[in-house]
Amino acid sequence: MPRLVSHPDEVKIVSRRFGKGAANIDRYIELGGYESAKKCLEKGPDWIIDEMKASGLRGRGGAGFPTGMKWSFVPKQSPKPKYVLVNGDESEPGTCKDHLIFLHDPHAVIEGTLIAGLAIGAKIGFIYLRGEYRYLLDIMEKAVADAYSKGFLGKKIFGSKTEFQIITQTGAGAYEVGEESALMESLEGKRGVPRIKPPFPAVVGLYGGPTVINNAETIASVPHVIEMGAAAYAAVGSPRNGGTRLFGLSGHVERPGVYELPMGYNLKKMIYEVGGGVCGGRTLKAVVPGGSSTPVLLPEEIENLGMDFDQVGKAGSMLGSGGVVVIDDQTCIVEFALRTISFYQHESCGWCIPCREGTDWLKKSLTRFHAGFGEAKDIDNIQYLAENMLGRTFCPLGDAAAMPTLAFVKKFRKEFEDHLNGKPCPFARHVEMAVV
Amino acid sequence: MSPKDTNTETMTLFSPQLAARFDALVKKYPVKRSALVPMLLYAQDEVGYLSDAVIAEVAGRIGILELEVRNVATYYSMLRFKPAGKFNIQVCTNISCMLRGAYDLYERFQSELGIGPENITPDGLFSLEEVECIGACCWAPAIQVNYDFHDELKPELVPGILDGYRGQAQAEGKAIHA
Repeated sequence: MPRLVSHPDEVKIVSRRFGKGAANIDRYIELGGYESAKKCLEKGPDWIIDEMKASGLRGRGGAGFPTGMKWSFVPKQSPKPKYVLVNGDESEPGTCKDHLIFLHDPHAVIEGTLIAGLAIGAKIGFIYLRGEYRYLLDIMEKAVADAYSKGFLGKKIFGSKTEFQIITQTGAGAYEVGEESALMESLEGKRGVPRIKPPFPAVVGLYGGPTVINNAETIASVPHVIEMGAAAYAAVGSPRNGGTRLFGLSGHVERPGVYELPMGYNLKKMIYEVGGGVCGGRTLKAVVPGGSSTPVLLPEEIENLGMDFDQVGKAGSMLGSGGVVVIDDQTCIVEFALRTISFYQHESCGWCIPCREGTDWLKKSLTRFHAGFGEAKDIDNIQYLAENMLGRTFCPLGDAAAMPTLAFVKKFRKEFEDHLNGKPCPFARHVEMAVV
Repeated sequence: MSPKDTNTETMTLFSPQLAARFDALVKKYPVKRSALVPMLLYAQDEVGYLSDAVIAEVAGRIGILELEVRNVATYYSMLRFKPAGKFNIQVCTNISCMLRGAYDLYERFQSELGIGPENITPDGLFSLEEVECIGACCWAPAIQVNYDFHDELKPELVPGILDGYRGQAQAEGKAIHA
C-alpha cells in the first residue's frame, strides 16, 4: 500500500480526502462530496466554463493547457455525441500522483467527469486507467456503481432531466496511450497510435464526436475549484497558474512521496525542506523536474525556481507531470540518460520514423558509450540525432525522448567525455554489453 | 461474422463468469470494438496467455478478423502469446526505481529463482521480467506480482515475498502445470 506523507507547507485541496476513507460514497458525501456537481447542474454550462477559466486551472498531464479554454472549444451544437475522456494512463516515469487519487478519492474523479460533461453537454464520460492499475480499476468500478445506485449517474442525475453515464476502461500496457489521440484510438479498440492534428479532439475526437480529454488530476481538481470558488482557487497558486499540484518526489531524496504544494513553490525548498534533502546527506547532482521527458536541471538552476508552467519553461525545462526525480552525485549521468532513452525506445509506437529510428539509434549509441566503446564524434552524433527528432513526429513522444537526451549531453558533456577511450564508468554498476 | 452467444465451446475455453462478463462488456460501449483491449486482458488473466483459441474466440465475439485482433494485441506490452508463471514478477527498473536499487533487487530475484529474464521456474510457479514504470515512483523500488504491488523493497525482502506466494499456491492446492 503506497505510503502517505505530509508536510506543513502542503496546501491540501486535491489530497484533502486522502486517507479518510472517501472511496466509500457515504463518507465522500459526508466530506462535502457531490455538492459541486449539484451546483453545476443548477448553474449551467456557461457558468461552469467561466469558473474554470477564472480559476487558472491548467492541465496536469504535462502540457499545462488552460482547462476552461479547452472545454470552451467544444462546439455547442454537434450532430455527433460528445464525450468526456479522463486520462488515467499515468505512465510517465517519476509520476504516481493519479495512483493516489484513484486509491483514496475515486468519487472526485467521477464528480469532476460529471461536471466536465455538464460543461460541454456530453452524455457519456470514459475513465481510462492503465492496465497495471487493476486494483485501482476495481476501486473505480465500485465507486461508479455506487454513484449509479445513488442516482448521481444515469438517465436522470440528481433527479433532474439530465443524463450522464460513466464507463471505466482498462489499458493493457502502453505509455503512448497517454497521448490524447492515441488514447482515443486505444479506447476504440485499436493500436494506440497517434492521430494527426488538426482536427483537434474538441472537434473530432472519440468515435468522431467532439471530445474533451483531461488528466485524472485535472478532473479531480474540478469539484474543488467549484467548491472553493474560482477566485479563491486561483489565489493559491502563482500568476496564470491556479491552485496546487501533486508533486511526486522520488529518487535520491530522504522523504520521497506525493506532496500537494501551491503552484510556484520553490524547487530547492521542495527537495531540501519538504523532501528532507538528498539521501544520506550527499550532494545534489541534477533534478528532473517533471517526469522523465523533461530536460534535467542543474543545482544552480533550481535556486530561485518556482514550480509552475511558466517559470520552469523559462528555465529551459517543463513542469510536465510534476514528477520530481532527484539525482545525487554518485549517479552516472550516461547510465541515467541510457535508462531514460531505453524507456522511450521501448515505448515508441513505431508510427513515425524519426521517433522509431531515432530512439533506437540513441539507445544503441548510449549503450555503446556507457560500456566504454564510445568515440568523441558520438557525442555530437547523439546531439545531432536528438535535434532532428524534435518536432518531426505526430505526437510528443519523439520530443519527450529527444529533449532530455539533449539536456544530458549539453549539461554533462564532460561526463560523456570521461567515458571515452574505454575508460570505465566511475560509477559503473550495471554496464550492459554493447553491440559494437 | 456475427458475434457468438455463450455456447458450450466457449464454456470450455472461458469460465461461465468470464463468458458472462464478456457478454456484458460488448454491450457496454457505443461501439462494440471498444471492448477488445479489456477483453484480451481479462481472457489472459484467466487462460494465462493469448492462445490461438482465445484470439479466435475474442474475434468472433466482437465480429472482427483474427488478424485485426492480433494486430491490436501485439501493440500492448501486458499482453503475451506464451504462458508465464502462475505468479509473474515484474520488476520496475525505470529511473526512480533504478536510483533506489532496482537492479540489485532484480538480480536478487534472478538468483533466488535461478532463472533469467523472461523465464519460468521449472515448477511453473514464477516467471520474471523487467518492466517499465509501473506508477509507484515515490515508493521505489517497486514490483508487481501479477497485479499486486509491493513497494519500498530491499533485496533482503525478496525471499519473504517468494515464500508468501509459495504459501498461497500451496493453500490453493492446485497442480501448477498439468
